[in-house]
Amino acid sequence: MIQKKALKTAFIKSIPILCSYIFVGIAYGIMMENAGFAWYYSLFASFGVYTGAFQFVLITLMSSGASMVTIALTALLMSSRQTFYSITFLKDFKSMGKRMPYMVLTMSDETYAVNCSLEMNDDKERKDIMFWVAMFSRIYWMAGSVIGGVLGQLIPFELEGIDFCMTALFVTIFIDQWEKTDRHTPALLGIAVGIICLVIFGQGSFMLPALLIASAILIMMQRKEQAE
Amino acid sequence: MTKYIITAIIVSGCCTAFLRSLPFIAFKGERKMPVWLDKLGQILPSTIMAVLIIYCLKDVGDDFGGIGISKILAVIVVAITYKWKHNTFISIGAGTAFYMLMLYLL
Repeated sequence: MIQKKALKTAFIKSIPILCSYIFVGIAYGIMMENAGFAWYYSLFASFGVYTGAFQFVLITLMSSGASMVTIALTALLMSSRQTFYSITFLKDFKSMGKRMPYMVLTMSDETYAVNCSLEMNDDKERKDIMFWVAMFSRIYWMAGSVIGGVLGQLIPFELEGIDFCMTALFVTIFIDQWEKTDRHTPALLGIAVGIICLVIFGQGSFMLPALLIASAILIMMQRKEQAE
Repeated sequence: MTKYIITAIIVSGCCTAFLRSLPFIAFKGERKMPVWLDKLGQILPSTIMAVLIIYCLKDVGDDFGGIGISKILAVIVVAITYKWKHNTFISIGAGTAFYMLMLYLL
């Protein structure tokens, strides 16, 4: 009975994720299809990788026949934020027993945000809800990529511009993150370093240096703050 | 080709799984996280998101009168609707529809 209640709460909490994941998942499936990768590859990537932003970049990487080293480095750098999400839930997940590995491997920007926002008196109930939110989200994402991949084959006309979904998603997350804090230096630093590296290194290869340089500057800034 | 795609996805999956489990491997049991890492964990997401937005807008300068201006205006649509409603779905939908319409019109 309690499980049923947790399921229901988790579903309601996950509705914003449902809308966004199905939508963006479909866009992903269509983009994969357009790039020549069938729906089962989309499903495989959504199941095995499960990280929105990087999966989109992976399409471009695979289309251009990027080396495994480039793919691995980009994955490591782009998904590094996942590490920090895990840091937040270190204690919670550790106490979740058998569910822990799944919780660790299924964190995303959106599930992170929703699971952070849960405030329940009952700790067990909260963790049940966290588990189901994570589970539902992954299902939405996988369903979306398959629908997109199949639709991509059925729709005869070009859906030019549908890939803007990804940009829009980043902008909404960026605004969320901006509103959560008073310190905007990291966000502004990202924009500045991003643009400078784009000009210096060009469109194809500015991501890696930009992320590396920005992280290095952030670490140095912190060291300096701590020293003071 | 199939082998390449599958390898690429597996490599990516392993890298992501590694990153997600890293804190659990590094801070097994009672080991505490250093303060600087904890702080970096709090600020890095917004930096990364900013770089990702630049990544999406990287081709704005190539065709400013077409794709460029459409993308910039669409980003503004997303930002305004999101500030207004705080609904991811509405903002992604409105921004994407606007962008597609702009491409169609220009």
